[in-house]
Amino acid sequence: MNTVLLREKAQLLRRLIMLSIAEAGSGHPGGSLSLAEIMSYLYFFQAKLHASDPTWPERDRIILSKGHAAPVLYAALAARGYMAEEETLTLRKLGSRLQGHPDMRKLPGVEMSTGSLGQGLSVANGLALGLRLQGLPNKVYAVLGDGELQEGQVWEAAMTAAHYRLSNLTAIVDYNGLQIDGHTSAVKRVEPLAEKWQSFGWQTVTVDGHSFTDLYRGFHTERDNGPLVVIARTVKGKGVDYMEGVADWHGKAPSLEQARQYVLTLGGNVDVS
Amino acid sequence: MSAKPEATRDAYGRALLALGEMRPDVVVLDADLSKSTKTAGFAAKYPERFFNIGIAEADLMGTACGLALAGLKPFASTFAIFATGRAYDQVRNSITYPRLPVVIAATHAGLTVGPDGGSHQSIEDIALMRVLPGMQVWVPADGEEAYQMILAAAEVTSGPVYVRLGRQPVPRVVPPDYIFTPGKACVLGEAAPVAIIACGVMVEASLQAARLLKERGIKCQVVNMSSIKPLDTALLASVAEKSELIVTVEEHLVAGGLGSACAEALAAGKSRPPQIMIGVEDCFGQSGEPQELLAAYELTAEHIAARIERAPSR
Repeated sequence: MNTVLLREKAQLLRRLIMLSIAEAGSGHPGGSLSLAEIMSYLYFFQAKLHASDPTWPERDRIILSKGHAAPVLYAALAARGYMAEEETLTLRKLGSRLQGHPDMRKLPGVEMSTGSLGQGLSVANGLALGLRLQGLPNKVYAVLGDGELQEGQVWEAAMTAAHYRLSNLTAIVDYNGLQIDGHTSAVKRVEPLAEKWQSFGWQTVTVDGHSFTDLYRGFHTERDNGPLVVIARTVKGKGVDYMEGVADWHGKAPSLEQARQYVLTLGGNVDVS
Repeated sequence: MSAKPEATRDAYGRALLALGEMRPDVVVLDADLSKSTKTAGFAAKYPERFFNIGIAEADLMGTACGLALAGLKPFASTFAIFATGRAYDQVRNSITYPRLPVVIAATHAGLTVGPDGGSHQSIEDIALMRVLPGMQVWVPADGEEAYQMILAAAEVTSGPVYVRLGRQPVPRVVPPDYIFTPGKACVLGEAAPVAIIACGVMVEASLQAARLLKERGIKCQVVNMSSIKPLDTALLASVAEKSELIVTVEEHLVAGGLGSACAEALAAGKSRPPQIMIGVEDCFGQSGEPQELLAAYELTAEHIAARIERAPSR
């Protein structure tokens, strides 16, 4: 694992997130930015993928259950070579393959259409069951939000994964502590998180979701013949100082000027290329 | 017509066993109702391909999606009320929106669930499923048709199919040489001034009504419109041209079901006879034996015949 490369990729994802959402004029920057390291880690190290062959049978499957973080998924796919980086600027536009929430029928590389929260873990379970039934070694990764855990279906699915001992499945919780209406602890408390998953029969590990070495440690937790959840402590809006920890940036687009300014502070080129 | 009555859910169980043998990619999911939905036979014979998801219908539908994404052919079963109501958003956003080839085989549809009462009598499922873009909606009239539909559903790769199955045994009504084809209706009898278009258990009731009316001098043709989506619009148009009155009959709300689908298709037609829409009016069901309920909601052969007899346009 090359943490320098992963860091560069995470910053590239942030650049594409900011520019694409600004260009779209709407979208979800906060929960996209908090995932930059996690998605960089998944797409550039952890998961087996071939950008040139999005349906490669041996690929691992990444399901973004928190579909509103589509900008970070598109950024990761672009950075990984599934599409040109310029295409991220078509986000949310009429006729674009980059729908406001991911659409697997429009964009190769998107494993499942998501957006209505709480549904991705069930789908990941089905994939893990189906792959295992066919004797295939592929791994399944489901990326969930912490606010999303308020959806009851997540816990139905948590029971299913434990019952069927899905050792080929890893869930990742983007534990940024914020949702649209404010702090998750104020809207509806999801704590104690690790204990909840544990009591549902999951192996749990809590990591710093912005540290690649800690993500590595989390994903390589020894399993007890069942599913693993990596609870990744993150900062919503991470990397953009005025967005960090501010719930208002959950679903508000930066201006084009703000996005350009951000890219310049990274020392980057404002022209996506 | 000599075959003994069979519930369409039993035919489903039979078809699953056949598919289990023919199709190693077929997997079956249930939500703690496998004895009632008749998936239990498949579960016993192919335990590694059966997944009980417990009392969790949203998770049931989502898990079926994942199995489809893994290249398998999932059949997801529970009662119609839960499949289409409890898990509506999962059916919409996880199954239908991405056009995943999941078969939703829902049993215990309609009033004929019986004593379980209105909370469990799905009388809106055809409407809910029919409006979803790309969802096919099939309603078998008898066991033979249900059996064929399940085999046909296994062949569909383009997207999801909703198959509406019942709890009560129904006599065989499809012809001996019948072959189910999606989008094709089956005409039972000669062209007549009155065309009764029915689906599900109402096909048998409509045939009986036609016999009653024949004795009273009114000739009726019955159409088994088992493929509600895609609808056999060509046949519908030709029936409309030849008849003076169209009567749609369904064990479902009048709103949004078979009658609505036919009315939508006929609305722009050149020759459009009046249409009587027989079904459950704007109300929920209640407890009672199936036959008592059909009588209480005026869905027996006698009620159908009476509605046609007093139609002013006839």
